[in-house]
Amino acid sequence: MRRRAFLVTGIVLVAVVLAVALLSLFWTPFPAADTTGGRLEGPGAHHLLGTDKLGRDLLTRLMIGARIAVAVGAGAVALGALLGGAAGLLAAFANRWLDDSLAALLDILIAFPTLLLAMLVVAARGASLASAIVAIGLAMSAIVARLTRVLAKRVLAMDYVTAARTSGVSWPRIVWAHVLPNIWPTLAVNLALQFGLAVLAEASLSYLGLGPPPPNASWGRLLQEAQSTVLTAPVGAIAPGVLLVVLVVGVNLLADGLRDVADPTRRRHR
Amino acid sequence: MILEARDVGFRYADGAPVLSGVSFGVTPGRSVALVGESAAGKTTLLRLLLGLRRPTSGVVLFQGQPLPTGHRAARPFRRHVQTVFQDPYSSLDPRQKVSRIVAEPLRALGFTDHGSRVAAALDAVGLPADTADRYPHEFSGGQRQRIAIARAIAVEPTVLLADEPVSALDVTTKVRVIDLLAELRATRGLTLVMVSHDLAAVASLCDDTVVLERGRVVEQGPTSEVLGGPRDPYTQRLIASIPRLPR
Amino acid sequence: MSLLSVSDLSILLKSGEGQPIVDRISFALEPGQRLGLIGESGSGKSLTTLAVTGLLPPGLRATGSVLLDGTQVIGARDRTLDRVRGHAAAVVFQEPSTALDPLMRLGKQIAEPLRRHRGLRGAALRSAVAAALDEVALPTRVAGAYPHEVSGGQRQRAAIAMALACRPKLLIADEPTTALDVTVQAEVLALLDRLAAAHDMALLFVSHDLAVIGKVTDEVLVLSQGRAVRTGPLAEVLSNPGDDYTRSLVASARRLDAALDLTPEVSDDSRGA
Repeated sequence: MRRRAFLVTGIVLVAVVLAVALLSLFWTPFPAADTTGGRLEGPGAHHLLGTDKLGRDLLTRLMIGARIAVAVGAGAVALGALLGGAAGLLAAFANRWLDDSLAALLDILIAFPTLLLAMLVVAARGASLASAIVAIGLAMSAIVARLTRVLAKRVLAMDYVTAARTSGVSWPRIVWAHVLPNIWPTLAVNLALQFGLAVLAEASLSYLGLGPPPPNASWGRLLQEAQSTVLTAPVGAIAPGVLLVVLVVGVNLLADGLRDVADPTRRRHR
Repeated sequence: MILEARDVGFRYADGAPVLSGVSFGVTPGRSVALVGESAAGKTTLLRLLLGLRRPTSGVVLFQGQPLPTGHRAARPFRRHVQTVFQDPYSSLDPRQKVSRIVAEPLRALGFTDHGSRVAAALDAVGLPADTADRYPHEFSGGQRQRIAIARAIAVEPTVLLADEPVSALDVTTKVRVIDLLAELRATRGLTLVMVSHDLAAVASLCDDTVVLERGRVVEQGPTSEVLGGPRDPYTQRLIASIPRLPR
Repeated sequence: MSLLSVSDLSILLKSGEGQPIVDRISFALEPGQRLGLIGESGSGKSLTTLAVTGLLPPGLRATGSVLLDGTQVIGARDRTLDRVRGHAAAVVFQEPSTALDPLMRLGKQIAEPLRRHRGLRGAALRSAVAAALDEVALPTRVAGAYPHEVSGGQRQRAAIAMALACRPKLLIADEPTTALDVTVQAEVLALLDRLAAAHDMALLFVSHDLAVIGKVTDEVLVLSQGRAVRTGPLAEVLSNPGDDYTRSLVASARRLDAALDLTPEVSDDSRGA
């Protein structure tokens, strides 16, 4: 029952952030670029959570930030999972020469600093939300690929895969029926972790001016901006921090919960 | 000969030969043991017989024809030859229900009546019908091995290639699975090729025995002669090493 | 006084859930005496040996009494047990790799307990390592090899040499030959038999195989689902098994054993080579 409670908590936390992100597409208390508020107002009736240094409504900025966080996290994970998953599976099936080359390439990619990669992407495409997603997704795909390769190799060495081969099951079918279901639980938990890291990585990119351009600010940038005024206007730092934690924890609980629900060996012992 | 190895050799690109000059034949309905210790090349030989690898020299024949290459061409061969593995934990996908596990060869080899064939196979290995709806981890090692055997016989093959099928089992379970294999052989006319280091299991199940040492056949013939009156020094040492119950 | 006295040993989950995994087992070993613990998977035989040396995995707890060379093992602190392990009792496991450090040369691993417990240094230590290797019939050059560079049988001999380094009064061998080839198994069993006799060492030998146990001991204790169901001389257990479980165990072992009694039929010389 406790596992179920974790899963439900995860669903609720993620759903709340998702709902706020969706809502921000249609409605925010103030327009994003509205600077009519006073500087660093505290929470009040007009500005529910107060304003920032430029007099922008904090709640509005947080709502838009939710949209960016979800987009970056989901986009980067989707890109990383597709690209990395495909490369990892390829490496797992490859002959030794190709496998070694792919493994070396992945090691180089992983050693390559994400920020440097991001700068290259931004230099090529300009600073935007999409650039941030592509940069973070690319960096993530190397990590996902390496994990996928190891996990898939382990499954391919199992006798049930040999049994499938001796029954004439095709390789694509083996991947679909045996490899993916057996690597997915570990992969999913890792992807959830990567989701949180992606949201945090975006914050660093924004700080360096490589993220989505103003006035749309991510939670990471809100945190950075609130750094200097944390003593006079603590809400500006606390609110995005709390939301960041809520999202990351929510996604991880959700991934753990889904893994347990999908695993027949765990289901019985609940 | 239903299955035959003719002067089969195998070596990895960068290594010493694993098998060299291995020749033996399996007559339909007979049971043959490939006996040896670690590094004898038993597992490699089994993979060659299954067409999972090609020999680097010599040829493996099924019904007088070289094993087909290619996924599609191999299908008739796959229909005839099925496998049972040593480790009943690694041989069943933990995420599939037993019904799906046993149906896998049926689906892959183009059978249509999955449900009834799965039920018949489970019944033939002495498992209750409700086994189909459960997952492998709910079963003991012996029951899992029965599930693996059910999967192998579901397509009604003519040859069963078994890789140490009883070696991982407890003594009492081992005897029961040996009985099951013997019964399946008798009732279905199955040809059994068994790779094993367990000479008691070999003596219980196999008409003929081929002894391998370091990739070479050192002795072969009827089991009663090879194990009862070994001529090769290695076979003699192997048999003398088996711990026996005190008289 | 017995060297090892186990009374009413039970092993349970710490959470208190479920049945005891080992249920009120009692047995005793005098110095130099041997006992075979036989049972199938899940019988609790391996956990029993771990409890005897205070090595139960976390999550399990033992109740009852285990007196090893005068020390109460159950509930004892690690510091007390450190003095007992090695000197009073040493263990050889099924998989020698688990007992050996993969990154250390075998000679150094065998030297470690000799240095620590017997205080040997320099030339004396080197000759003691050579003697230890010789005792388990390993060539001296093995001292310079890493565990993965030698065969499974040689690894198990090295593990035995380490276990014997402090001249334990009791050697516990948990399925020591199960992972080995049958020809190697015969050699290792003969080695254990010879060493136990030479040092007047007590032997607690755990196996699932009656025939293997018969090679090193005449006394057995049959475990089934955590309970001691039968105890006595092996010959007596074989001829008069008693309870249902032992009867099926003996019947199975006898059937497999009998299958090996082959006599060549009149030869038509159909054999090749």
